[in-house]
This record gives sequence, structure tokens and C-alpha cells, in this order.
Amino acid sequence: MSEAPILSLEDLSVRLPEGADRSHALKDVSLSVASNEILCVVGESGSGKSMMANAIMRLLPQGVEIDGGRALFEDRDLCAASPAEMREVRGAGIAMIFQEPMTALNPLRTVGDQIAEMFRVHTGLSRAEIDKRVLALLDDVRIPDPRLAAKAYPHELSGGQRQRAMIAMALALDPRLLIADEPTTALDVTTQAQILKLIRDLQQRKKTAVLFITHDFGVVAEIADRVVVMQHGRVVEHGLANEVLNHPTHAYTRQLIAAVPPLKAPSPRPLSPENILAIAGVSKTYRSGGFLGRGARITAAVRNASLTLPKGGTLGIVGESGSGKSTLARCIVRLIDPDAGAILLDGKDWAKMGRDEVRRETRHIQMVFQDPFASLNPRRKAAELVAQGPIVHGTPRATAIAEAKRLFELVGLDPSAGDRFPHEFSGGQRQRIGLARALALKPDVLVADEPVSALDVSVQAQVLKLLGELRERLGLSIVFITHDLRVAAQVCDLVAVMKEGEIVEHGPVAEVFGRPQHPYTKALIASVPGGEFTAQHEAAVS
Amino acid sequence: MDAVKRYFRSPAAVIGLVLLLAVIAMALAAGFLYPRDPLALAGRPLVWPFTNPRFPLGTDNSGRDIAAQVFYGARISLLIGGVATAIAITIGTLLGAFAGYYGGWVDNILMRITEAFQTLPNFVLLLVLVAVFGSTLTTVTIAIGVVSWPAPARLTRAEFLSLRNREFVQAGRTLGMKDLQLILGEILPNALPPVIVYAGVVMAVAILLESALAFLRLSDPNVASWGNLIGLGRDVLRVQWYVSAIPGIAILVTVLAVSLVGQGLNDALNPRLKQR
Repeated sequence: MSEAPILSLEDLSVRLPEGADRSHALKDVSLSVASNEILCVVGESGSGKSMMANAIMRLLPQGVEIDGGRALFEDRDLCAASPAEMREVRGAGIAMIFQEPMTALNPLRTVGDQIAEMFRVHTGLSRAEIDKRVLALLDDVRIPDPRLAAKAYPHELSGGQRQRAMIAMALALDPRLLIADEPTTALDVTTQAQILKLIRDLQQRKKTAVLFITHDFGVVAEIADRVVVMQHGRVVEHGLANEVLNHPTHAYTRQLIAAVPPLKAPSPRPLSPENILAIAGVSKTYRSGGFLGRGARITAAVRNASLTLPKGGTLGIVGESGSGKSTLARCIVRLIDPDAGAILLDGKDWAKMGRDEVRRETRHIQMVFQDPFASLNPRRKAAELVAQGPIVHGTPRATAIAEAKRLFELVGLDPSAGDRFPHEFSGGQRQRIGLARALALKPDVLVADEPVSALDVSVQAQVLKLLGELRERLGLSIVFITHDLRVAAQVCDLVAVMKEGEIVEHGPVAEVFGRPQHPYTKALIASVPGGEFTAQHEAAVS
Repeated sequence: MDAVKRYFRSPAAVIGLVLLLAVIAMALAAGFLYPRDPLALAGRPLVWPFTNPRFPLGTDNSGRDIAAQVFYGARISLLIGGVATAIAITIGTLLGAFAGYYGGWVDNILMRITEAFQTLPNFVLLLVLVAVFGSTLTTVTIAIGVVSWPAPARLTRAEFLSLRNREFVQAGRTLGMKDLQLILGEILPNALPPVIVYAGVVMAVAILLESALAFLRLSDPNVASWGNLIGLGRDVLRVQWYVSAIPGIAILVTVLAVSLVGQGLNDALNPRLKQR
């Protein structure tokens, strides 16, 4: 680590336009990255970590300006560089990879063509030479069959392959510094593990300096040499990865690390022998396209799923994207009509009910949605949103609104906040409104579809705690859909692992996570980032 | 309130609003300034403007006061523009909402109907409707409304298609809401802003359509409309061009005002589009 830094920021400040929630996105940020090391910048949303990446690349949005400090890249101050100089640096000197490879790639051009563009813009190589380099790069990032991948359009590749293509593009000109802005956040855990390993390998082979931006301490534990922790645009702690993870000094770092849920399940709760919800043989198949049955695409989203939920228990359904877990959840609340199977709720078969009957019975089973921004109607006030359910089911409006205020208190919101619109709340608060809305109908079963995935870790911990309390207090039975095994381990009594529409394994959470039987479950658990660190962390906690 | 502030920040939008208010003021003041029937004979025919203080804007070929007709014409134009727009937007949003919400065969049928209307040039369709049902003020207004709904319908449908699968709509469904409650109470308020903005365009076109009809002498001849006056002026266009030009300017100003207000609303309601 004694090598000279490739990039060093000296008291860099970035000013936000007037009317923003604070005056500076970054305030006096100093850090350095040397060649052949990975520096992780960790922080929650709004900490300014992405703004820092944009400031280094001088790609700040309009109205946002650097107003102090220097960014030295190989002894050149990027803050003072002309636009022409910056174009030289971008791509060739500093490369960047983004969170969402689908939107970072041009959908109308082939992957190979886009990588080749790097050479066409920055070098004078011949066509044949460029083609050879592109294939070598794709081979470097271990895309299966590089020749085919080069000719593919972005939508023809999987998320992980697209991110590999992005990395190939970023590394095309052997940049001295690679900035990775949450490169694995949009990916599944197993893919994430592969991409992290790839970045690690390439970095060691090419001796690149890497500035890795993430919100996930698991990822930090997996990949970082050194760590910088940011809060509200300031660096609050920095040091070697081991030091910061195991002996955090700043209170905020400690709070962040404590908020990472351990993968080990807490001691099991006693479960009622009585089942409130039992699903048997539920299947859902999607058909699209085709004419008179020819050329139709058939996707079996859920195949023959059978599960039971004991009264007062929590059943976790875990799986990666496309595993059918959300489809199954939507079948349970009948947002989607299952093709076959039975869904017995308190002895009544939901799957066979007609539309009107579902509408009447829906108060027994309610749903909490993933996206706290999309799941609340932006044109209704918070109290109204919560009161809507009871009003639909015949409660007089005034009573329902009064009841809504009481529910606000129950979910930890200020009852007077009912007159505000959803956009005036933070993500965590909105999720509480969503929870209050679902609870307003006093359901027996709550189906929660990734209720904490869109939230920062510290907020996530609060919402999970609230969910735990409500479960005890109201005797709720919960079906909890998540892709995050740590979260599942914390809140669930029972867990079912789904893969490609099938339930491959289910049982008590301690058993499934402690002694996984199915190879896929084993792979999932092995892919959870920072596994070793978590194990130490758990030992320290207990 | 933010939207109001943003609206007044744009000079073009403010000018549009002032012009529109001026036209509305003309319509309101018509009965007060010219208590006599504007279509009654008032003096010698074809008096040039600014030559006789009794007729500041002159008289037309049958000796009727042009100023009075312009003031009363503002009433007719605003009435036709407003009512026809209301009809077009109502039909359009309802059909678009159902097509977008239900999708499948409902969408197919409603959209094929919409396309059938769209493929006919709407002025030709308007001529047919007026020829069949006669040209009173009521039939003309309804006919203009009926030929103008396809575009708002497509716009509403597109909004519904993107909104109907949002989580807040699904949440409404899990709360047990009926389809109509979801369409009118949850989705429509979110789908309306672009439709309201488009209403400005529909209104401008409606005013022009009525003028075009009147120019062909197919509009209601018993009301003082700008289009009727232009149509009359056609016979003396080469010498007494002012008979057509004065109501022409009135139409230009009104259509411009409505368009500027529509554009201003667009920028105020979609602030992100404006920053570019």
C-alpha cells in the first residue's frame, strides 16, 4: 500500500443548487487510491458517494458545481482540466461501470460494436486488430462464447453477462483507475458473487486502482482493501478494511455495521399447530405471442407449489429474480389468478372464488409492496391512503380517517402527518404508510413482497423491527418474500427456497440455512457477500 | 402551488393568459357595449375602418358593424371552443381509460373504432355531420366535439397502459376496490395532466374548425361568428380586404392565446421536461 496514489482528493467540496436539502453534496472530502488496491466508499443513499464519482469524472448535473479542493489524477488536477482534457481522461485514464448495465448500454447496437467504439475513439487501430481485442476482452471477463456475445444486443444477454460486457468496455484501454458505482446492486446474489470475484481477479492481474462504491457492508468485507465511510457528504471514517469492519471507531460506522443482519437465525419461536394458510399444487403459466398456438412462448412462472403457514408464523419465500416468488405472492392475494391448485385461507378456497367474492374477502389477506415510491398514489394524502380500505368495505369516512390516525401511531408515524402527501415522506416512512394501509383492514395474513429491499440498511433494520413487534402484538401471520437471505433469517420461522418456479427446499429457517440439502440452497448461502466477516460478526455479537 | 409559480415564470405563458383574458373580457362586454343585435343593419355598407367614429372597425358588405360582430364573435368562438373541447375530452378520456385499463379485446375494439375516426380527415367528417344534421349552433358544436376525440383517447390510453400495473393500483385492488373505483379514483387523476394540456390544442383546433365551416358558409348563419364574417368578406376580398382580415386577426389572437396557455400549463405541470 506504500505505492504512490493514482487518485487523491484533497478537501473536495461540491455545492448543490439552492433549495436542495443541504448546501453541499460533498464537503471537504479527502481520500486517495493507489494502484493495485480496492478502496470501498460506503454510505447510505444521500451520503454523496455517487456524487463523488460524478465529480471525479466531471459529469455533474446542471447546477451542481465543484467549489473547493482538488482532485489529483496522476498529478493532474481534474477540477481544473478543460473539457477536451477530460475527454482524454475519461475512458482511457479513468473508466466507470454503473449499477444498471441495461440502461448504460445502447439497446440498438451490439455489445461488440460498443466495446469496439472505445478503441475507435481513443486509438488508431485497424478494424481487424480491434475485433481481435474485443474478443480478447470478452474472453477476459469470462463471458461464455465471446464470439456470440460480441454479436448480441444488450437485451439478449442476462444481467450478469451485461455487467461483464460493461466491465470489458471499461477495461478496454487499460485505465489506471476504475470507478465502480454499485455495480452489483441490481444483480442476484449468485451473479453478484461471480462479478465481485471477476473484479477482484482483473484488478490484481492488471494492477488497476479501483474505487468501489457500495451501500452493502457484506460486499465491502468481500472485496475491499481499504474503506471510506461517508455520511451527509463527509468522510466520517477511513482505514484498512479489517480495522474498520472489526473495530469501527465512529458511531455511525458502528450503527451501519450493527444494522447488517446476521445470516444465523435467532432461536426458533414456538409455532401453532394450526395452519391459517395452506397452498397446494399452485401453478401459473404465462403464454405470450404466437398465433393459433404457433410460436407462442410459454413460461412456467410457478410450478406445483405447496406450502403451509401456521397461525402467527412467518413464512419466508426466498429466491433470485425470475424464480417466481413474486408471482406466487400475487397468486396468494389473487392479483394474479393461478391456473391450478388450491389456496386455503381459514378453510376457504381462495383460488376458486369469483371476482366479487375475492373483493369482499380481501380484508382477511393484505399485501405490502416493494417500492415505497410506486405503491402509494401520489395524489392522495397519507391518512386517506390508509383509510381507503375500510371506506371501500363500508366504514364511514370520518371513522376511517380517525382510525387511520391511530394506525399511524401504531407504525411509528406522527398522527398529524396524515395531511401530507406521499412525496413529503422518506422511503422508510412511506413503507410504514404502506404497512398501515395493509393493517387498516385487520387482516389475518399479511403478504409482504420485498418490503425492505428498497431501503437503506439502518432504515431496513427499523422496519423489520416494527414488523416483528406488530406480529407479536396483532398475532399476524406473514408471508415474507425476499431475495435477501440475511433478512429472511431474521424475520422468518419457516423458509421456502424457490428456483425457476419450483420450491426446491422448505422447512424451519435454522434447518434450511444451517444444513441446506439442495445444491441450489447451498450455492445461495455460499454467495451471500461477506460470509466470513458475518460469521465473525455473529460470534462477536452472541 | 408550485405549478402556479412555475407558470408565471414563463413570459410566453403570461402573455397567452393576458390575451385569453382579453378575449374573455370582449365576450363579456359585448352585450354591454353593443346592446343592439350585431347582425342588424347599422349604416352604409363597406365603410373603411377608422373613417367613421360610429364604426371604429368599419362595416361589412351588408352594412353591419364589424366591431360589434367581432365582440359577439368572441362569445361564439369561446362557446364552441369550450363546449366542443369538453365533449372531445370527455369521450376521449373515457374510451381511452377503458381501453387502457382492460386491454385485450376491449382495447382492440375501442382502438379500431378510434382509428376508423382518425383515418378520416376530421374536416371531411365534420362536413358530413353538418350536411346530415343541419348547421345550427348546437349541431355544429357537437359535431366538432365528435370529430376531435380520437387524439385525447390515444393519449389517455397510453397513460393508463403505463399506470395500470403500478403498485399503487395493485394495492387498491388488494384493498377490494371495484374496477370503476380504480379507474376513476386512482388512475385517472394521475393520467389527467397531459390530457389537460392537450385540451388547449383541441380548443384551438375547434375554433379553427368552426371558422373553416363558416368560411364555407356551412356554419350557423344566424349567429355573429368570426368565421361567418370572414366568409362574407370573401366576396370583397380584393378591395375591402379588412372585412375578412379583422376577424382573421381575432381568430389568430385567440388561437395563439389558447396555445400559449396550453404550452405554459405543460411546462408548469411537467417541470422536469422544461429543464432539459
